[in-house]
Amino acid sequence: MFRTAFRASFSPLRVAPVLPPRSFAIARRFITDEARQNLSRAVESTPVVLFMKGTPEQPQCGFSRAAIQILEMQGVPPEKFKSFNVLEDTQLRSDIKEFSDWPTIPQLYVNGEFVGGCDILLSMHQNGELEKLLEEKGVLPPLEAEAQPQSASA
Amino acid sequence: MIATAELESAIRTAIPVQHLEIIDQSNGCGENYAVLVVSEAFEGKTTLARHRYINELLRDQIALMHAFSQKSLTPKQYQEYLAKNAGAA
Repeated sequence: MFRTAFRASFSPLRVAPVLPPRSFAIARRFITDEARQNLSRAVESTPVVLFMKGTPEQPQCGFSRAAIQILEMQGVPPEKFKSFNVLEDTQLRSDIKEFSDWPTIPQLYVNGEFVGGCDILLSMHQNGELEKLLEEKGVLPPLEAEAQPQSASA
Repeated sequence: MIATAELESAIRTAIPVQHLEIIDQSNGCGENYAVLVVSEAFEGKTTLARHRYINELLRDQIALMHAFSQKSLTPKQYQEYLAKNAGAA
């Protein structure tokens, strides 16, 4: 589904296969340049992107469920959030691990930057860093703006 | 099946470890582990960097697991963690 979606949206941009760059030769596994480009676009397509097992409505793993619950508690607006179900695409499941250099699912990206997996998400949620990050990246409105709606906008 | 001892030696040979807990959460199949590592080597490193470091150390083993969870704390953070948990209990 994932790759099909990309074909649909990005097919005009697909380029002919080229020789891999030199760094490719020392990669431990082999993710294609095309897959890498697609994943770069995917993580930058929406402010908050989660690669997970299952869907937000029906997570298929406790770690993915925890990640979804945390993002819900943080109040990440649906229009700024997108999830990819790695169980629907075995290629994506292996590619994303190499792309992020991260061995487990779920994986969270904010504004195209890898944040971490479930453990990191949970600890950042508990110590307030996640809220701070989401505010800084413009995913959530800053607290001051909510607390003082009457103050002049900056 | 991955042995607890294998994970332990991989971590201990790489960094000085003040405290280490390796919990087999798999009910016997040996494919689901949670580790708590306390090391001064984590001082000044971000959580993401610490996790990446441990992931790299255990790369081959994690690849064979269903689930892997970690906490990577400095000795100071571990004291805070203990104090917090004692308070909560």
